[in-house]
Formats: sequence, structure tokens, C-alpha cells
Amino acid sequence: MNRKIVGAHYGLKDWIAQRATAVYMALYTVVFAICALTLPELSHEAWSGLFANGPFKFLSFLFFLSVFYHAWIGVRDIWMDYVKPDGLRLALHLVTLFLLIGYAGWAAQILWRL
Amino acid sequence: MTKRTVQFKIYRYDPDKDEKPYLQDISVELEQSDKKLLDALVRLKAKDDTLSFRRSCREGVCGSDAMNINGKNGLACLTDVDSLPQPIVLRPLPGLPVIRDLIVDMTQFFKQYHSIKPYLVNNDPPPERERLQTPDDREELNGLYECILCACCSTSCPSFWWNPDKFVGPAGLLAAYRFIADTRDQATNERLDNLEDPYRLFRCHTIMNCVDVCPKGLNPTRAIGKIKDAMVRRAV
Repeated sequence: MNRKIVGAHYGLKDWIAQRATAVYMALYTVVFAICALTLPELSHEAWSGLFANGPFKFLSFLFFLSVFYHAWIGVRDIWMDYVKPDGLRLALHLVTLFLLIGYAGWAAQILWRL
Repeated sequence: MTKRTVQFKIYRYDPDKDEKPYLQDISVELEQSDKKLLDALVRLKAKDDTLSFRRSCREGVCGSDAMNINGKNGLACLTDVDSLPQPIVLRPLPGLPVIRDLIVDMTQFFKQYHSIKPYLVNNDPPPERERLQTPDDREELNGLYECILCACCSTSCPSFWWNPDKFVGPAGLLAAYRFIADTRDQATNERLDNLEDPYRLFRCHTIMNCVDVCPKGLNPTRAIGKIKDAMVRRAV
């Protein structure tokens, strides 16, 4: 086909998601900084104790999900800008997606190990 | 200002003769009455009639003489020649195919402009006189309708350079918002549907090159923000 087809209707959803995840990451950074700086001592026990705390674990996992979703939209944007062959772009999208899903699983495993 | 000589470096390319484009060093003596860059170009054309560029109204209304002036897009007819550091480097608008010298092929630019349906859609029978608006509703169209389609903005936008076939570009999106904002238009939903796409609107990453170069002082980035705003309001 020689025609350019545009009109996939996920532009707005991703645009909002990218902004929402950015706001969450900024807020988490503040919470994280406060929690880390007010630790009684900088030891492995205190550090893992911080992440073993239920609500903090929840916030941290949400942070990682935000990072990965944010990265998915941003990296996909790069492929969309610079990679012109559609098949190669699709392959790169899938590689990116699988990597990020893998990272999310890995992050969960690390957090819940504590 | 008396007579003075101005140095130029001008992008030259004649596909019939030149294997590849080159920068030509050339100078021209200006008369006292020559104020704008376009005046200097007309003098240059008298000296070397193979130099090609577009111009028409010579007062910033037609948008024909848009070009890259010392690295920044602008209209030759609105640019004071004496305000420019020399040699004045003139190149065609970036990102569009060059036809010859400073003349570019604007087909892609106008294709994008037409894709947003730049006309009022209203299926009601036309009233005996004009369709009226309140002064407040009319106020919203200021800063939108003045666009002269010179393409300075779209050709300074990296997103338009990478995807000129898919991204509407700042000029087209400014025009799109001009009709989305028009209370007399009845196709708002279709217009928003038409843009709710990762390429057509959302390639804009708000770097504001368009605002920086617009010779009419318009703000396409603000218009793009208002389109996104309208989409969010519609969705939530």
C-alpha cells in the first residue's frame, strides 16, 4: 500500500499517562528522600527495613511501574521518530515492551523478597 | 543609511546544472532606500539573475519569502538587513525538498494543512446575513486566524522534519485549533477525533521552536496545548 495511514486513537491516553507517571515519580522522589534521610543509621538492616515496610513497598512498586510505563511511551516515541520501516519499528516496540515487563517482574521480586 | 556593501553566503542549487548544493559568496551594494533583506535580494537578483527565490507582497502578508536567515527561519521582507551579522547566510527552509536555490517544495506542508479541514463546517442553512458570534467568542480566534502559512514554524520543528507525512506540524495545528475554537463550527468532535493520534498531534513535545520563529508573533504551542486541553475535557 502506498498510502500513509494515521489515526490510531491512543495519543491522548499515552500523553496523559506520561504526565501522570511523571508527577507520581516526582512526588515519590520527595517521599523517598525524606524517608532515606531520616533513617536512624545507614546500614543494610535499616535500608532493607525501609523497603520491608508495607505502605513504602506499595509506593515503591508503584514508582517502578511509573518508571516503566513512562519509559515505554518515551522509548516508543524515539522509535516512532527515527525508525521508518514499519516491521523493524514493530519489532523494536516489542523488544522494549518485553524488557520493561521483565524489569517490572524483577522489581516486584526484589521488593517482595524483603 | 547611506550606500553600503553587504556580504552574503547563499545556498545555491540548480538540479539541472549542479551535482550538489553549494554556498555562494556574493556581495551587493545597497541603496539608501534598501531597508529589508528582500530589498537586498532583489538587488542581488538584478546582479545575478540565476538566483531564485519566491516573493510577492513584500510586506509580510503573503508568506512567500520565508527562508532560513543566519540559521533562523524568517521572512526576508520583514527582516532588517542592517540588523543581520555578515556574511548573511541564506538557506532554503529546512526539511522540505529543494526545487532550486531558496525555493522549496511546500506540497507536504499544504497536504498537512488541508488534512485538518481548514474551513468552517456548519450544516445549518446559512442565515440571511452573517453567522454571528459574541465578542467573547470572537476574541478566542485572535492569534489564530492571522497565520499566513509561510511555513517558518513547521520547517523549524524537528518533529515535522522526522515525520512530515504524519505529524500535522505547528501551522496546521494552529489552523486546526482556529476551527475547534470557532463557536460557529459544528465539527468539533470530528476534528478532535482526527487529531487524537500518536503522530498527528502528539508528536509535539513543546520545544517551542515554532513560537520562536513565527514572523507574525503567533503561538502555535499554546494552540496545541488548547487542543490537548479540549481532548482531556472531552475524555474525563
